Amino acid sequence: MSSSPSDWEVVIGLEVHVQLHTRAKVFASSPWGFGKEPNEQVDPVVLGLPGTLPVVNREAVEKSILFGLVVGSSVPEQCAWDRKNYFYPDNPKNYQLTQKDFPVVVGGQVEIELPGASRNVMGEHKFIRIHHAHLEEDVGKLSHAGSGSLVDYNRAGVPLLEIVTEPDLRSSAEAEAFLRSLVALLTQAGVADCDMEKGQLRCDCNVSIRRRGAEKLGTRTETKNLNSISSVRDTVIYETARQIRELEAGRSITQETRGWNAELSRGYVLRDKEDAHDYRYFPDPDIPTLRISRETVARLQKLVPENLYDRQRRYVEKFGLPFTAASVLVANRELAEWFEAAAAAHPANPQGIANLVTNDLLRDLAASGGAGAAPADEVLPGVSLASCPIKPAQLAGLVKLTDDGVISKQQAKEVFAEMFKTGQEAVTIVDAKGLRQNSDTGELEKIVQEVIADPAVAKSIAEYRAGNEKAINALKGPIMKRTQGKANPVLIDQLLRKFLG
Amino acid sequence: MADALHTLSAAELGRRLSAGLLTSRTLCEALIARYHLVNKKVGAFTHLDEADVLAQAEASDARRKAGEGRGPLEGIPVAIKDNIAVKGQPLTCSSKMLASLVSPYDAHVTERLRAAGAILYGRLNMDEFAMGSSTENSAIQKTFNPWDLACIPGGSSGGSAAALAAGLVPLALGSDTGGSIRQPASHCGVVGLKPTYGLISRFGLVAFASSLDQIGPMARCIEDCELLLRALASADARDMTCFGPSDRAFTPAGDAKKLRIGIPKGFLGKGVGAEVATAVTAAIEFYRSQGCAISEVELPSADLAVPTYYVVATAEASSNLGRYDGVRYGHRSASAGTPVEMMTNSRSEGFGAEVKRRILLGTFVLSAGYADAYYMRALRARSKIRAEYLAALATVDVLLTPTVPTPAFKVGEKASDPLQLYLEDIFTIPANLAGLPAISVPCGKSGHLPVGFHLVGAPLSEAKLLAAGRLFEAAHGFAHQQAAL
Repeated sequence: MSSSPSDWEVVIGLEVHVQLHTRAKVFASSPWGFGKEPNEQVDPVVLGLPGTLPVVNREAVEKSILFGLVVGSSVPEQCAWDRKNYFYPDNPKNYQLTQKDFPVVVGGQVEIELPGASRNVMGEHKFIRIHHAHLEEDVGKLSHAGSGSLVDYNRAGVPLLEIVTEPDLRSSAEAEAFLRSLVALLTQAGVADCDMEKGQLRCDCNVSIRRRGAEKLGTRTETKNLNSISSVRDTVIYETARQIRELEAGRSITQETRGWNAELSRGYVLRDKEDAHDYRYFPDPDIPTLRISRETVARLQKLVPENLYDRQRRYVEKFGLPFTAASVLVANRELAEWFEAAAAAHPANPQGIANLVTNDLLRDLAASGGAGAAPADEVLPGVSLASCPIKPAQLAGLVKLTDDGVISKQQAKEVFAEMFKTGQEAVTIVDAKGLRQNSDTGELEKIVQEVIADPAVAKSIAEYRAGNEKAINALKGPIMKRTQGKANPVLIDQLLRKFLG
Repeated sequence: MADALHTLSAAELGRRLSAGLLTSRTLCEALIARYHLVNKKVGAFTHLDEADVLAQAEASDARRKAGEGRGPLEGIPVAIKDNIAVKGQPLTCSSKMLASLVSPYDAHVTERLRAAGAILYGRLNMDEFAMGSSTENSAIQKTFNPWDLACIPGGSSGGSAAALAAGLVPLALGSDTGGSIRQPASHCGVVGLKPTYGLISRFGLVAFASSLDQIGPMARCIEDCELLLRALASADARDMTCFGPSDRAFTPAGDAKKLRIGIPKGFLGKGVGAEVATAVTAAIEFYRSQGCAISEVELPSADLAVPTYYVVATAEASSNLGRYDGVRYGHRSASAGTPVEMMTNSRSEGFGAEVKRRILLGTFVLSAGYADAYYMRALRARSKIRAEYLAALATVDVLLTPTVPTPAFKVGEKASDPLQLYLEDIFTIPANLAGLPAISVPCGKSGHLPVGFHLVGAPLSEAKLLAAGRLFEAAHGFAHQQAAL
């Protein structure tokens, strides 16, 4: 008898490899970056030439500590590097410098947000524990061409932070949510760019299943080198289904290392446990144990940005923003800070500002090519505000003009478009275009009375009085025409209702 | 000039150069002539670019003439062991694996020598990747002891010691992982100093066992040894284990006659030859006669040193030598299909027997299931040995033993018995394990072969070692000695 999938619980742990945002490589002074000719970004140290020695890049260590602070880990007093020995042509020294016993980050947690019932409803929040994160060097890339093999060492020695979670994730949706949060934390703190198309974030995914309610973890498999959030999600779905199928057919799960073919959406066996490498780890004798001073930690603590979800809660509670707008804003730190600067310049109406930012500003930024090369990953609004033509205070000025009744909401959209095009102040545009609304009650009363007296509209007046609300709109056109469209529409509406009784 | 230039000390040559009595070009020409006469017999050098040497000498002479001399080493040739990088010169480590390698960069010590105006004078033979005590493990050539060409010069810096003893060069660089400077210095009757670990940058020294390796000076007298040491020691941000210039290492040691000398208990029982024992005992008596306090010290874990060393050194070596795979540089096998086959075959063909033996041993002691029993245990033994040495050196200034139990042996005599050969380093290894400075000073002969004694001091006590050596040297006729060739 077959049981339903809901009888099973999936247990997921992730190992996320993130290339850190640094100028130089992790143990060499050679710079690194994407899109260079093969073997352009190498030096004697990167190539492991005889006699060369590693020197720890301080910036890479500090970015790692900053990540630890972002996830609330206790920064260890010291960290150290070990050698992981294995032979492969992409590995210039045939050992990788990594941290086995004394990683730079120990513990911590990442808050995640699951999808809500609809786009406008906040989903469940959960905390995923970080076991540790260690700082290591990336390897080169091997490719096969014709009868030979080619190797490019540009990537060799790029600082790689491997973030290892506890097995706290329970679904593909949680895995996806975790990675989204992680990417937001890493990018917002400037720790990493996480551009998945450039291979800056790669994931190993450990999956096991157990009967719901069971304590004991099942045998896990590890699927290696997933380079997108969707691949992780698909792997979890695939691997869960496969393991359920195996166990329900009376077979057992083999502890094995697997690969993922994203094109076919299928996993495959790379090697089983019997073939596991003996990496012969030992402490690297070239790099002394690194003491992490409390002064350094205190200095880095100041660089920790407000947590994504703390910010989201604040926007909802303090600014009264709807969840959707808050979640869009906080996903991008630059955008959120831009919004807050605008809100500070016009504290009376944060909702009005959020509305313009999340709708008009994001739309126009996206249409103008994202205003710069922004990391366009699958989750976050990939906009950069570096070259945004509108300054926060200018947007606040626009909202204030609307709030003060100087222009209508409809006119505000037109003024915004002009501001985005020219970078001018809202008030300058309003004056230049003569958009100022006419809110002079005395003058408008006169015009309204004249229009009502015009026999051409008598039919509409009769309909309105007969109970057809919409018929009143036919009177607004002639009023707008007489005022060159400047009459305050709210005021006109009030006056018409007053005179028509 | 009365003296043949090749017999003079670096200090004396420096004085003559300064006084305008000599040019670097004349000196180098004389040494090149000597090289043509002698090197074939001794086999110390594996490479000498004469045109480059003369060009350097002329540049040095021009600097001096322009009043831009760079100090006491200006114009003085320094020969370099073939595991220390000099840009544009071979860096073979006397291995078939690196036979074709030309270094694209300078080691830190090479930069220091250039900055001091020294002449970078050729490449010296060694045991392959510094693994050995006789230089017989060189894949390039044999080196012979200038005092008896049927004997080994010691190793692994055998080329360095032999070049000095044969009058081929006044100064040489060696490297020392378990005795590789001091043991050949003893066998060839020259001075060799292994500095405190971290005093000299290892950047550009091809690694054998990174936590033990140190570059050090070799010379025919204490004065020259100190001259070279001072030039080499400086801070270097490219080696995280280098703490840079430490004035403490060069602080005058005061009156050498007041040094407290410790004699490890029972050292004469460790297979020490009769004539070696006689020479070293005479040295101890000399120091006693000078007023030094001589006392016996206990080092209970000293017997652990050799086995500990062969676990730690081979473990690190197995990893350090992993990079030689034919992918990026060095020997690449012609017979290979896949990349992994190419790496395997290149290593099988490129390494000699002793290097393979140590890689296998090191791989074994680090492997899963054995690392705790061997490698981790060796680390604990190493800590214990270091603690005992530091404790002993808190009560005495230096520890004195023979450098090597027996004088140089015949070429081939121990080639089939690696374990016997490993005992050559029984007195020298603890200084590497504990990171301490140590020196070998010539103190007599066993037959016609030189014998040296060995001093170990506390960290950064180089000045004391040199002062003690100077006191002995001044009273005896062993400085500047050269074999008749």
